[in-house]
Amino acid sequence: MVVVDVNELTYTYPASAKPVLSNVSLKVTQGEFLAIIGNNGAGKSTLCYAMAGFIPHFFRGSMHGSVHVAGKDTHVTSLNDIVQQVGLAFQNPFNQISGAKFTVYEEIAFGLENTGVPRPQMMERVEKVMALTGITELADRSPYSLSGGQQQRVALASILVMEPKVLVLDEPTSQLDPVGSREVFQVIKEMSQRGMTVILVEHKVEWIAQFADRVIALYDGQILLEGKPADVLASPLLEEKGFGLSRYTQVARRGVERNLWPADRPLPVTLQDAVDGFRGVSR
Amino acid sequence: MKIAVENLFFSYPGDVQAIRGISLVIESGEQVALIGQNGSGKTTLVRHFNGLLKPTQGKVLVGDWDTRESTVARLAARVGYVFQNPDEQLFCKTVQDEVAFGPRNLGYDGGRVTALVEEALLMTELLDQKETNPYDLSPTWRKMVALASVVAMDTPVVIFDEPTTGQDAASVARIANVIAALRGRGKTVIAITHDIDFCAENFERIIALGQGQILLDGPSQEVLGQEETLALTYVDPPQLTRLGKRLGLPGVVCTPDEFLEAYQRYSETNS
Repeated sequence: MVVVDVNELTYTYPASAKPVLSNVSLKVTQGEFLAIIGNNGAGKSTLCYAMAGFIPHFFRGSMHGSVHVAGKDTHVTSLNDIVQQVGLAFQNPFNQISGAKFTVYEEIAFGLENTGVPRPQMMERVEKVMALTGITELADRSPYSLSGGQQQRVALASILVMEPKVLVLDEPTSQLDPVGSREVFQVIKEMSQRGMTVILVEHKVEWIAQFADRVIALYDGQILLEGKPADVLASPLLEEKGFGLSRYTQVARRGVERNLWPADRPLPVTLQDAVDGFRGVSR
Repeated sequence: MKIAVENLFFSYPGDVQAIRGISLVIESGEQVALIGQNGSGKTTLVRHFNGLLKPTQGKVLVGDWDTRESTVARLAARVGYVFQNPDEQLFCKTVQDEVAFGPRNLGYDGGRVTALVEEALLMTELLDQKETNPYDLSPTWRKMVALASVVAMDTPVVIFDEPTTGQDAASVARIANVIAALRGRGKTVIAITHDIDFCAENFERIIALGQGQILLDGPSQEVLGQEETLALTYVDPPQLTRLGKRLGLPGVVCTPDEFLEAYQRYSETNS
């Protein structure tokens, strides 16, 4: 079942002459884990805003084409209805904290309060999601007293607690240490396996290779490549366009010239692929 | 300029002990990366270097100044600090004013301010954006403005808090160039980072913190080879260090060049 359907979307920010997204079409099915990569300025965050209804409801500008989420056209659906379907975690967690709450516990409950969830259910959901995201011990702290990594977990929790059908995450681990990132990716993966649709913007190629079902590479507001992580992430086109490649891909590509990596073997994107390929040569 | 930390302890209000007995010396002109899990004390430690935080116990010397007796404003002449989030430090109407604010504030004469601003804008590839409002730039370029505005202060010590967060490959390369240029000018560069691959490729010395104490401190290769100790503070060795180890390459490889050389030698001996 298609949950997110972006059809020929072109969008230009107010006071900007050039569209930031040009004719982008994509479909995401229920339970799919889609990663979006792209250079800064490629339109990744804008695409997130469009899928979460912030465009056209919050950002004005000019929008052509359509976005349907859970069968509803975001153009004619109110933001109030859209937020019941889609949760968006901003790139910068500081921007997401409501500023209206004194504790992490209340902050996470904020969205549920606003959608009229009964108190006992609200408390149950808040506590469950705090345990899931590993922030139970932060419950009574002020959201503003937290480190960047802790704030990022709170931001994620306050989205997950809404139990959206579609989770849109804009670099959700940018402030986290590697183990924290892995934990967050595992939580996200678990959500997607339970049927939540996940759309993730991320620079950390190694994680995408391990977790995502499909990758879209955005370049200059258009879809450059789309496919399985192993195919997209090792594509020579990415390097040509200045995308970051994993170190495994980089050394294997350079290794080809020195006969250290078989020319006919696909370039690796994960540690295991790299180990297998290099072992094959040295044997 | 040398930084000496002597038996430093620091607690936040509410008795959260963030630094628990740290002593270290960073010599003039060193390039040091601080790594470690969230909450290990990295930011708390470096905020002692520019006096934003004062020791609960112990002391920090920046050159011959004891930070307990120096104001943040005075220390700003010696230690520049690039915040993790550029929006916390940008406020002027044009990029040029923003970058000129720091050196002007330090009382440098007009000619020196102009020269420093030009140089900082060149280094960060912002020369064509002088008249732009920083907030009309993308977050990536705002980060470069933040970098430029601190670089232009010409302080002997420059601190970067998570410089590569959210940056694409081109921007990370630009930041690496800035660090290399600062090294060339004999500056002390201290960076906090979770980007271990970046750290392996751009820093000669790495200090790993865990729970407010130093777990490891030494040349990068030495530190990055200590997989078990790094795991205590939630750090994975760089991708290529892990790959080298899985392949059984001798020594610790950190960079693509090191990896390819070590692997070539290894496959020649083994064939």
